[in-house]
Amino acid sequence: MKDKSLIKRFGAYGYVVPAMLVFAVFLFYPFFKTIYLSMYKTNKMGEAKLFVGLGNYIDLLTSKSFYNSIAVTVIFVLIVVTGSMLLGLIAAVLCNKTFPGIRFFSTAYALPMAIASSSAAMIFKIMLHPSIGIVNKLLHLDINWINDPKYALVCVAVLTAWLNSGINFLYFSAGLSNIDESIYERASVDGANEVQKFFQLTLPGLSPIMFYTLVVNIIQAFQSFGQVKVLTQGGPGESTNLIVYSIYRDAFFNFRFGSAAAQSVILFALIMCLTLVMFKVEKKGVQY
Amino acid sequence: MENIIAKSPEHISREELIALQKLENQKAKIKRRSETGILIGANVVMAILILLPLLYAISIAFMPSSELFTTAMNLIPQHPTLENFHQALVKVPLVRFVINSFVVAACITFGQIISCSLAAFSFSFLEFKGKNILFMIVMATMMIPGEATIISNYLTVSGWKWLDSYQVLIVPYLTSAMGIFLFRQFYMSFPISLYESAKIDGCSNIRFIFRILLPLTKSAIGAMAVYTFINAWNMYMWPLLVTGSNELRTVQIGIGMLDSVDSQSITLMIAGVVMIILPSISIFIVGQKQLIRGMFSGAVKG
Repeated sequence: MKDKSLIKRFGAYGYVVPAMLVFAVFLFYPFFKTIYLSMYKTNKMGEAKLFVGLGNYIDLLTSKSFYNSIAVTVIFVLIVVTGSMLLGLIAAVLCNKTFPGIRFFSTAYALPMAIASSSAAMIFKIMLHPSIGIVNKLLHLDINWINDPKYALVCVAVLTAWLNSGINFLYFSAGLSNIDESIYERASVDGANEVQKFFQLTLPGLSPIMFYTLVVNIIQAFQSFGQVKVLTQGGPGESTNLIVYSIYRDAFFNFRFGSAAAQSVILFALIMCLTLVMFKVEKKGVQY
Repeated sequence: MENIIAKSPEHISREELIALQKLENQKAKIKRRSETGILIGANVVMAILILLPLLYAISIAFMPSSELFTTAMNLIPQHPTLENFHQALVKVPLVRFVINSFVVAACITFGQIISCSLAAFSFSFLEFKGKNILFMIVMATMMIPGEATIISNYLTVSGWKWLDSYQVLIVPYLTSAMGIFLFRQFYMSFPISLYESAKIDGCSNIRFIFRILLPLTKSAIGAMAVYTFINAWNMYMWPLLVTGSNELRTVQIGIGMLDSVDSQSITLMIAGVVMIILPSISIFIVGQKQLIRGMFSGAVKG
């Protein structure tokens, strides 16, 4: 009897073990190890050799390159989040009322979420090609998009916005379907036009999902990597050297694992703070 | 219409009323039709904009490379050819990459469904000490970006001599907080009485999970499968770091081998890209309904 209750008591943990084991080995342990590494100078094998305390952080905070990474990342995130949310919102509004062919269109709008960042980057590379690319041809321009520090970041950001717009379309569609149809009818009776309805009814009705989407989008944008690697390799100069790319470069090209770890910790802290602040603001009630 | 309104209701004849009704109906119909027309028009423009990169890629994939290098507008191949696909398959072991990606993505998907459903079962049906704290820890893991752990993970697996193997691509991804959350969300609305009566009939927990719970929550599994498979198929940074040989490269990394400065190979590269996008897009189109139903049933509603 006692044995059975023992199984009963610990059996419950048994079901959690596989998941927790993976988390422990590949998430919790490396998370703390990253913090640990960030306080050391490492050798080429990534072994911690010399304790430097906050040395890596101080090095970063006094390096121009790191501030550039932060600035580039912030601009990038702003463009990506605005762009992808706008695309998703427009698409969702267009598919809000039913019409013939709606299934085709809603599949088309959600499709970018199924595409890998690296594959998309290869396609964009050709689209933005200075002489044969379709973008210059359609716009009658002669711009070397990817090799011009003025445009490279915008190109990567637009590509990322496109990639992320698919899931935003789904979020906003779900949000729109939660809005009660009857308020639109009442507004029509009161003589509201479409624009008024959009700003007075649709946007406020979307505000809960809007918040969730914003948080997810910001976190996702911070983590963009494949498109930078394929399209620009952080260049030209350091104009697209996003933090994640800079981490990758420091660790796997320069073998400065300590510095890369410190950047990872800062990235984590940044995302954490942003998320917490956003939840605080939301709790205070930006409800319309 | 005004002259009819001007008439007082008593003076309006039946015929006039019917004519008026017809007229107004027609007007409303025209209005509705033109509204639908505008809506469809706007959708076509938007869809072309969104699909442009994909359509362009497909078009280039069928284009002989001589046609690509012109300053003239060349949206549609004049002499469509399959040569690019053939050459892409010859130039790099693309089939091998596709098989690798399939194996890895399938294992990850299967593993996540098992580990997440087991954990979610425990979190929603069983009582144990520290359950809430443990669940909160799981949820908190969603806050840790993969990039914050990737360096240490790389050092760990290279210490284990796991580099360039299937397990290094699979094992770190065998569970996910989102999956646990999604399944738990579904299990919370599962009638607990069904679990209790199964227990009374002497059904063990494991049996309950595989015989009753999983079959009855197929839509959650479907959503999870589509989402996980596509993400695993599209994985980039981790495979880039931990694989080096052709035998173990996944499609996303392998396709980079076609990405060379050699301008003649642009059409090859795009043909390759089209081939590797196809599986993830097909799975997405087939599983889209499942995915949406699973993602939004209570999980992120308002």
